[in-house]
Amino acid sequence: MNELNILGEPAGGEHHHCWRCGHDPAPEPAEPLSLFCQFCNTLQPPVPDYYAFFNLPRELALDLAELQRKFYALSRLLHPDRYTRAAERERKYSLEATAILNDGYRVLRDPVERAEYVLKEAGFDLGEQRSRDVPPELLEEVFELNMALDELKSGDQSAVPQLVESRASFQQMLGEIDGELAGQFRRHDHSEAREARHTILEQIRKILNRRRYIRNLVSEVDRQLTAHGA
Amino acid sequence: MGTFQIDFGGSAKKRIVGIDLGTTNSLVAWLDGMTPKVIPTPEGDRLVPSIVSYSADGTRVAGEAARALQIERPENTVYSVKRLMGRGLEDVRDDLKMLPFRIAEGSESVIRLDVGGKPVTPPEVSAQILLELKRNAEAHLGEDISQAVITVPAYFNDAQRQATKDAGRLAGLEVLRLVNEPTAASLAYGLDKRKEGIVAVYDLGGGTFDISILRLQEGIFEVLATNGDTHLGGDDIDERLMAIALEDIASEWGESLSGNLEAIQTVRRAVIEAKHQLSTLPKVTISVDYRGRVYQRELTRELFEQLIQDIVERTLQPCREALRDANLTPEQIDEVVLVGGSTRIPLVRKAVEALFKAKPHTELNPDEVVALGAAVQAAILSGDVEDQLLLDVTPLSLGIETMGGVVSKLIHRNSTIPASATETFTTSVDGQKNVLIHVLQGERELVRDCRSLARFDLKDIDPLPAGMTRIEVRFLIDANGILNVTARDLRTGKEQSVEVKPSYGLTDEQVETMIRESFEKAEEDFAARQVREARVEADNILAAVEKARANPAWLDLSDTERAAVDEALNGLQMVYHAEDHHLILGQIEKLDAATRTLAESMMNTAVRQALKGTKI
Repeated sequence: MNELNILGEPAGGEHHHCWRCGHDPAPEPAEPLSLFCQFCNTLQPPVPDYYAFFNLPRELALDLAELQRKFYALSRLLHPDRYTRAAERERKYSLEATAILNDGYRVLRDPVERAEYVLKEAGFDLGEQRSRDVPPELLEEVFELNMALDELKSGDQSAVPQLVESRASFQQMLGEIDGELAGQFRRHDHSEAREARHTILEQIRKILNRRRYIRNLVSEVDRQLTAHGA
Repeated sequence: MGTFQIDFGGSAKKRIVGIDLGTTNSLVAWLDGMTPKVIPTPEGDRLVPSIVSYSADGTRVAGEAARALQIERPENTVYSVKRLMGRGLEDVRDDLKMLPFRIAEGSESVIRLDVGGKPVTPPEVSAQILLELKRNAEAHLGEDISQAVITVPAYFNDAQRQATKDAGRLAGLEVLRLVNEPTAASLAYGLDKRKEGIVAVYDLGGGTFDISILRLQEGIFEVLATNGDTHLGGDDIDERLMAIALEDIASEWGESLSGNLEAIQTVRRAVIEAKHQLSTLPKVTISVDYRGRVYQRELTRELFEQLIQDIVERTLQPCREALRDANLTPEQIDEVVLVGGSTRIPLVRKAVEALFKAKPHTELNPDEVVALGAAVQAAILSGDVEDQLLLDVTPLSLGIETMGGVVSKLIHRNSTIPASATETFTTSVDGQKNVLIHVLQGERELVRDCRSLARFDLKDIDPLPAGMTRIEVRFLIDANGILNVTARDLRTGKEQSVEVKPSYGLTDEQVETMIRESFEKAEEDFAARQVREARVEADNILAAVEKARANPAWLDLSDTERAAVDEALNGLQMVYHAEDHHLILGQIEKLDAATRTLAESMMNTAVRQALKGTKI
C-alpha cells in the first residue's frame, strides 16, 4: 500500500503545457482529448472524462464492438506494462490513465451504468435512490408478491409456484424496460437541442428507478427461494 | 507504440526474470530469444523445493539442501510457508495443526515462526527461497539479477500480495509486477500459437486453487473473471492420506507418532510418493521405513478417488461462479488449460473435462507453465515482447466500513485493474482533525464477514466546524492488485496526508529493518554455505584417499611419500569441523598435492592392467 501521490497536482482541463517538453499545444483545432503531447509524444496527465477518453460523441446508444476495439487499442498505448522503463512521472500518468480507461470501459459497456454516468454528468442527482417507493403501476403485483414471500418465510412451500411465476413476470418486465431504454437512448442521441436532451434524460432517470426497483425485487425473490431450498 | 523510450541510467539493459513462488516448489525462468526457459539449479534440478531450514545459530539454507534436512530437524525446517503469507494467527489455526513449527509471541497480525532461535515472518522465509532462485539465475545467466516478475494465486488478497512483494524486497529483488498464476499460464500457452477465443485456466497447486476465464484476441489476454480458494490444494490431499497412515501405524506399532516430528515427516514423504504414483498406476503401496520399523499399505486409485472426491468437488463451485461472472456457459469455453501438480490426478482431469465439456490442454508441464508465463510477462515489461498484453482483474470486491458495520462496495470483483474509485469524506464533529477510513475486501455485506485490509487515517485536517471540510479519497488498485490510497482536501486543493495501518502484514518500516538485518545475516549465510560446500569436497577427497590406500600403488610409494600423505590426511581431518572454509580448502589442496604421485601411479597401474587384458 504505497502512496502514489496521484493527486499531487490538479489533473484537468487547465493543464496546457507538456510537462516534459513544455510545448503549448496549438489551441485549434481543439482535440477532444490528447493523451500524449503532440510534440514529444510523452504521456500527459489524464482527464477523467470517459467519453473524451474514448474519443466518442456523447451518445447513449453505443456500438459495443467498436468500444471494445478502442479499449484494446488504448490499453496497448497506456498500460503500465508499457512504462516499466519510463520516468517515474510518466509511470504515474500511465497508471492513472489506465485506471480511468478501465473504469470508463466498465461504465460505458453497460447500458444502465452508462446512462447513470451521463445523467450524473448532466447534473442529475442520483444519490437519493428511493427504491423503497413502489412505482404506482406495480402496487398490486408487489403487494401479492410480498404476501407470497411472507408465506415462504414462514415455511409455507406452497407459495413457491406463485413466486416463480411472478419472478418470471418481473423478468419479462425488465426485458421490456430495457427495450424502452434503448428507444430513449436513440431519441436522446438524435436530439440536438440541450433542452430536448434534458427532458429525455429525465424520462430515462424515471425508467432507471423503476428498473432498479424491479431488479431488487427479482434478486430478493431469488435469495428467498435459494434460502428455502426451492 | 508511439512514445519515446528513454534509457534512464542504463536500466533498460537489466534482465527481468520470472519467478513462480509456489507452495511446494518454486522456479525461475527467463525468455531465451522467444522461448521461455526454466533456469536449472547448479545441480541440474528444475524445481527448487519451497523449503527453508534454520540452524541453531540462525543461518539458513533453502531449496534441496533444506529438503535434505527436513527429516533431521523438522521443527526448524519450514515448508508450505505460502499458506501463511499475509495472514493472521486466526486465519491459519487449521494450517498450523498440520505444520510442525512453533509460533512465537505476538503473531496476531503477522505470524512469527519460532525457528533457529529467532522469530521469522513468512515474507522472510519466502525471501530465502527467492534468494536461492536469484543465485541460481545469476550463476546460470552470468549476470546480476535485481528485477523480477513474481506470480501469486489469482485469489490472493491485498495482504497476501503485499507480503509477496515484501519477500521480494527482502531478497534484494525489485518486484516489477505480481502476476496471477493462471493468467501467467495462459501467456505461456498463447505465446507461440496465435490463439483467439475463450480460455479457462484451472490451477490446482500445492496449497491454492484458482480458476480464471480469459478472452484472447489479437495478443490481448483479457481476464473476464477469476475465482478460487487460497486454502485448497495438494496439501489437503496429503493430509487425508496422512490421517489414514498415522492411524494404521498407531494400531500396528502400538504407539502414536503424534509429536514425533521426524517420523511424521518420513510418513509424509511416503504418502506423497504414493499419491504421485497413483496418477499413473491403478494400485500402489504406501511404504514407510522408520528406524527399522516398517509400515506398508496398499492403496487403489479407486479408494484414493473416494478419499479426495469432496476436495475435487470443492474446486467446481468457484468454476461455476467464474463462468457466471463472465456471463458465459460451459459450452462457450473454447479451451481449458491445466496448471499445478495436482492436475496430474486423473480424477481432477475427469471433473474438469465434465464441467467444461472440453478436453483440457496438458502439453506444457503443469509444474513449469506458470514460471514460463512469468518469464513472458517479464519480457513484456522489458519491451522484448511487444505484441502481447495482459489485462487482469481484481479477485475481490473492495469496500469501506459505513454506519452500522455495513460495507459499502467501491470497486467490484472482476474489475479490470488498474481500477479506481473516489469517495468524499467529511467531519462530523466541530474541530475534528482526523478521519479514519476502514477498508475491507470481500463479497459479503457486513464488516465482520469481510477481510479487514487496512485503516487509513486522514491526519492533520484543519479544525473547522463539522461538515465544512471535504476530503476526496481516491482508492486505486494497481496492476499488481495492490491498493493505493491518496486524499485531497477539496477546500484547499492540497494533498491530504494519509497514514496506513495494515491489518495484516508488515509496515514499510519493519521491512526496511529486516532488509538491513538480512544484509548482515547474508554474509554469515554465505560463509556457512561455503563451509558446507568445502566439507562436501573434503568428504569426497577423504573417501578417495581411503580407497587408494587399499590399492597396490600405495605400497609402491616411498616411506616419505606415504608419511606426507598421512600428514596431509590428518591435517584435513583436524580442520574438518572448523567454521572457516579457507582452512578446509587449504588442507584439501595440501592433501591433493601429497597424493599426486599416488594418483599417477594408480593411473599407470590401471593402464598397464588394461593393456594386459587386451592381448596385442
